[in-house]
Amino acid sequence: MKNAKGTVIKYKDNVDTDVIIPARYLNSSDPKELALHCMEDIDKDFVKNVKPGDIIVAGKNFGCGSSREHAPIAIKACGVSCVIAETFARIFFRNSINIGLPSIECPEAVEGIEAGDEVEIDFDSGIITNVSKGTTFKGQPFPAFMQKIIDCEGLVNYINSSK
Amino acid sequence: MGMTMTQKILAAHAGLEYVEAGQLIEANLDLVLGNDITSPVAIHEIEKMKVEGVFDKDKIALVPDHFVPNKDIKSAEHCKCVREFAKKNDITNYFEVGQMGIEHALLPEKGLTIAGDVIIGADSHTCTYGAVGAFSTGVGSTDMAAGMATGKAWFKVPAAIKFVLKNKPAKWVSGKDIILHIIGMIGVDGALYKSMEFTGDGIAHLSMDDRFTIANMAIEAGGKNGIFPVDDLCLSYIKEHSDRTPVVYVADEDAVYDQVIEIDLSTLRPTVAYPHLPENTKTIDEAQKDDIVIDQVVIGSCTNGRMDDLRIAADILKGKKVAEGMRLIVLPGTQQIYLDCIKGGIIQTFIEAGGVVSTPTCGPCLGGYMGILAQNERCVSTTNRNFVGRMGHVTSEIYLASPAVAAASAIAGKIAGPDSI
Repeated sequence: MKNAKGTVIKYKDNVDTDVIIPARYLNSSDPKELALHCMEDIDKDFVKNVKPGDIIVAGKNFGCGSSREHAPIAIKACGVSCVIAETFARIFFRNSINIGLPSIECPEAVEGIEAGDEVEIDFDSGIITNVSKGTTFKGQPFPAFMQKIIDCEGLVNYINSSK
Repeated sequence: MGMTMTQKILAAHAGLEYVEAGQLIEANLDLVLGNDITSPVAIHEIEKMKVEGVFDKDKIALVPDHFVPNKDIKSAEHCKCVREFAKKNDITNYFEVGQMGIEHALLPEKGLTIAGDVIIGADSHTCTYGAVGAFSTGVGSTDMAAGMATGKAWFKVPAAIKFVLKNKPAKWVSGKDIILHIIGMIGVDGALYKSMEFTGDGIAHLSMDDRFTIANMAIEAGGKNGIFPVDDLCLSYIKEHSDRTPVVYVADEDAVYDQVIEIDLSTLRPTVAYPHLPENTKTIDEAQKDDIVIDQVVIGSCTNGRMDDLRIAADILKGKKVAEGMRLIVLPGTQQIYLDCIKGGIIQTFIEAGGVVSTPTCGPCLGGYMGILAQNERCVSTTNRNFVGRMGHVTSEIYLASPAVAAASAIAGKIAGPDSI
């Protein structure tokens, strides 16, 4: 699985799926359309500023609330390559792997990374490198099957490819 | 080492004698659920899978409830997609407008969720069915698709927190107050990835509707599921609603819990969660002192749209009027509850008090339609989330409360306890 590398956009604790993608847009399930409104209730500039490869770093309980898979779909469709958080809400974590958005828990990295830092993640080793500050952190490596799910862009393609 | 109630249900469905926290298992599913928001994504995924149809047409429930009757063309297209999928696969439990209800009020009423079941649903409040002694948890659309195709799902066996509920709650203290109190105590991630197992003599004093409310909001503490022991009240509820035979699991005496928390229900007060997290709780006594003026009150949802909820609210509103300028919106959870409200004169009470009564829908709870808040407006709501922008404008505010507090607040025009009316 390819490393993720990009600029960090940072958020606090308890970023819920209602702010990741407000329900008023859930009358669509088109990733491109969802991406236009990602984060707009907590960060109006997110969609304007986000670049392909960017990395979201956040505090505790990222993705809490609704089970809407539209939340990780919107983040991925914005070009975000990985989310690093102190902890994830469990449904969001499951959904993000299932749709092929890598998500890693690492409290130390969250502490040691600031908005705007350049960060690289090696999913084989779980090593998170803050390129801007020259520091490294150890997250949990992804087991092989989870790497394959993400490489296949999600669980469904993975199931199909292993038949 | 013993197992918790949740672990025993999961072990049985994985064909294992024993499981422990952290173990990855594959379990057989008794029911897979989806709604009009999450099912279209799942249907799109299942159509990409190389599978023939669904695993069991009787073990899938499709309930369009979020944006129905359709709020706009796009939601109409979503509902059409679900309807056509249900028809094509001959899904037994598809509930059209006219038969539907809010999914988590509807499925227990239809007898589709009973003790001992393993249930996944592409809706976070699927944890509601723990009230009847089932293991049930929310998942996303892809997991729903895989569940519909294979009848199986993988789980990490959860650790657990045991809540020992003691004594009888005072008048006006409902299931909603108990779960808000718990979330206030442990926080919105206090039970992250864990089971919340409720026990204790206090449960005997809780109606089934109170238990549904408590299990429903386990997710608001980050819980994987919330579950109640199966007592006589629960068994008679199941018997009344289902022809299936429940399987009763009891936690082992030596089951392992990460934490044991005792709560004396007799000491609790009606509780209100302030914006913008369900953990920001205050007692009604503190909240009344804050003199918070309210524009709208919503009574309903998968959390508090059941018969007990509406009856309690109506008892308080009977013969009274809502405050000037107050918008009171009432949403019975299912068509059956709606009918029972009509028979009991409850709908008349709401309308005479100055409220409106809607067909069952999740609409206002998630800011979809039927009660959106404008800039800086405040709402007391019996729903489950008070996140930023959840019910409308990002500057609007939601105060979560019980039906009793909501009804009293509608009359007072500000947050008020039922004793003050």
